[in-house]
Amino acid sequence: MNEYSRKILKVPTYTLLREQDKDKLPVLDVRNLGIDFGGLTAVDSFNITIGPTEISGLIGPNGAGKTTIFNLLTSVYQPTRGSILINGIDTKGMTTHKVNKLGIARTFQNIRLFTDMSALDNVKVGLHNEIKCPFICSMLHLPPYQRAEAAATRRAMELLDFMGLADVADQKAGSLPYGVQRRLEIVRALATSPSIILLDEPAAGMNPSETTELMHQIRRIRDIFHIAIFLIEHDMNLVMNVCEAIAVVNYGRIIAKGTPEEIRQDPAVIEAYLGREEEKA
Amino acid sequence: MKKILGNKNTRTNLVTYLVVIAAFVLVKACNSLDMLNSSQKGYLVPICVYISLAVSLNLLVGVCGELSLGHAGFMGIGAFAGVVIAAVLKDAVASDTVRLLLAMITGGLIAGVMGFLIGIPVLRLRGDYLAIVTLAFGEIMKNIIGNTYVGMDEEGFHMAISTSKMKLGEGGKYIISGPLGATGVEKLATFTMGFVLVMFTLFVVLNLINSKEGRAIKAVRDNRIAAESVGINVTAFRMKAFVVSAFLAGMAGALFGLNYSSMTASKFNFNTSINILVFVVLGGMGNILGSVISATVLYVLPEAMRSLEDFRMILYAVVLILVMLFTWSPKFKEAVGAASEKITGLFKKKKEVVGNE
Repeated sequence: MNEYSRKILKVPTYTLLREQDKDKLPVLDVRNLGIDFGGLTAVDSFNITIGPTEISGLIGPNGAGKTTIFNLLTSVYQPTRGSILINGIDTKGMTTHKVNKLGIARTFQNIRLFTDMSALDNVKVGLHNEIKCPFICSMLHLPPYQRAEAAATRRAMELLDFMGLADVADQKAGSLPYGVQRRLEIVRALATSPSIILLDEPAAGMNPSETTELMHQIRRIRDIFHIAIFLIEHDMNLVMNVCEAIAVVNYGRIIAKGTPEEIRQDPAVIEAYLGREEEKA
Repeated sequence: MKKILGNKNTRTNLVTYLVVIAAFVLVKACNSLDMLNSSQKGYLVPICVYISLAVSLNLLVGVCGELSLGHAGFMGIGAFAGVVIAAVLKDAVASDTVRLLLAMITGGLIAGVMGFLIGIPVLRLRGDYLAIVTLAFGEIMKNIIGNTYVGMDEEGFHMAISTSKMKLGEGGKYIISGPLGATGVEKLATFTMGFVLVMFTLFVVLNLINSKEGRAIKAVRDNRIAAESVGINVTAFRMKAFVVSAFLAGMAGALFGLNYSSMTASKFNFNTSINILVFVVLGGMGNILGSVISATVLYVLPEAMRSLEDFRMILYAVVLILVMLFTWSPKFKEAVGAASEKITGLFKKKKEVVGNE
């Protein structure tokens, strides 16, 4: 942590939810973020601050730039403008795996599991940096390796059990039903011990009962792991019920921020989703 | 015990080890009963060498999915380093086995270090570009070794890249003399050591595949973006696999070098790299036992067909094509399946007839 300590911000900026996490350093602080692809400005002037135990949502019409924002936050793309601070540390120029070590984990809109591996192994890949064992030990399978591996298996099973996936631990990830794959991705992300987890359309392709279960699980993740959750979702039922704060983007810019009630009544949001009412002549 | 055997991976690994041990015992038994002629005995060490090379290349090509065409380069580095070390330590170390071991380890280490140095620029590339650069590297290594002079006299160890710069004292001896290669090499290599090398290679590669590193490597191959998103440093993993692979190839090269009384650098050319790659591809990408078997069969095949002279390479090519058809072409598989069904059908009918009687 030392090499980054000088970059840590002393004063936390306001979070989406001002009451909660008031005196704590925000887990994610994005300032004036923007990216251009050639001449196209995909994201511009994006500001958001998320407290350490917040569940917040990012919504917007298709093509608004939501997934691009997630890709920026996880350094899949490098931003053209602005800065991203995770736990107070600027991620400028960092690679995806380094950003993950800082405490940001994610799932993907189009599921990206390691399809040929078992569900358990998928989670163990997530535990990779938690398994402390020198290369030579794992190359020769020395006793420290065996101990670390056994501990990793236990931890992975605990995490799978947490999301109700312990039964499918031995099955190939690619052969699992769609909804189960989505939850397995969440478990894999949780395995990296993040301080914020980004969920990209976690309920896509789920039926209503699965979605209800997912809402409970999202709350449980926050309550038990004490981490922040930032999610993109089109299912308004889930967003309005689970999220404590919501940001709405359109054409790569934030058009509204606030609690679910505020968002529901915001004229700009209604316009973005439903279009403008024709003015009567 | 049941728990260990219950795991599919552990079971296949065990089978791999057992096959190699059984083959070793069988060959040793044949040898002690004088069933092998001298040319067959001559195959034994190279077979072990090529198995190790194929298995180590499989780690890179099959498991990591990185196409490398410079494996013979690492083999060459190991071979010449091994030859030099064996010659230098001749008076210092009495035991031939210890000397061979030291030569192999040094050969492996030097190849591993070279792998690391080359890996720094090369591993920024992917796919075809990586293949091209590794190919070039193999050729560069071949040419550097082919122009190096190494010698020893009373003053000690000399090394240069031209004869004019070599100033060997009286009684001095060349170990490697440029394009002429290494001459007067002591044949230290033994089949038992070859077996040990194969077992060591298998042990390292199989353990790596079944460890957290192996999981990470497979994850990177399966889905690079997802692997990075869970904190896996992709470049570091490619590097580790590259260095381990180079190290094992260097060890195999050292054993190879100490198996012949003379050797030139041209042995470690593009053809040898491709040959090793053929062993890997035909044995199955990522299939370690497959590499062991295909390396053995495909090494012995052209040697055994030497009596056919020019036709042997044609037959070798035909065998390669047939194996590819068998393993890859779905149409061919269908045709074979249909034919075998017909044959079994015939037998079944016969049985029924017999039953009716």
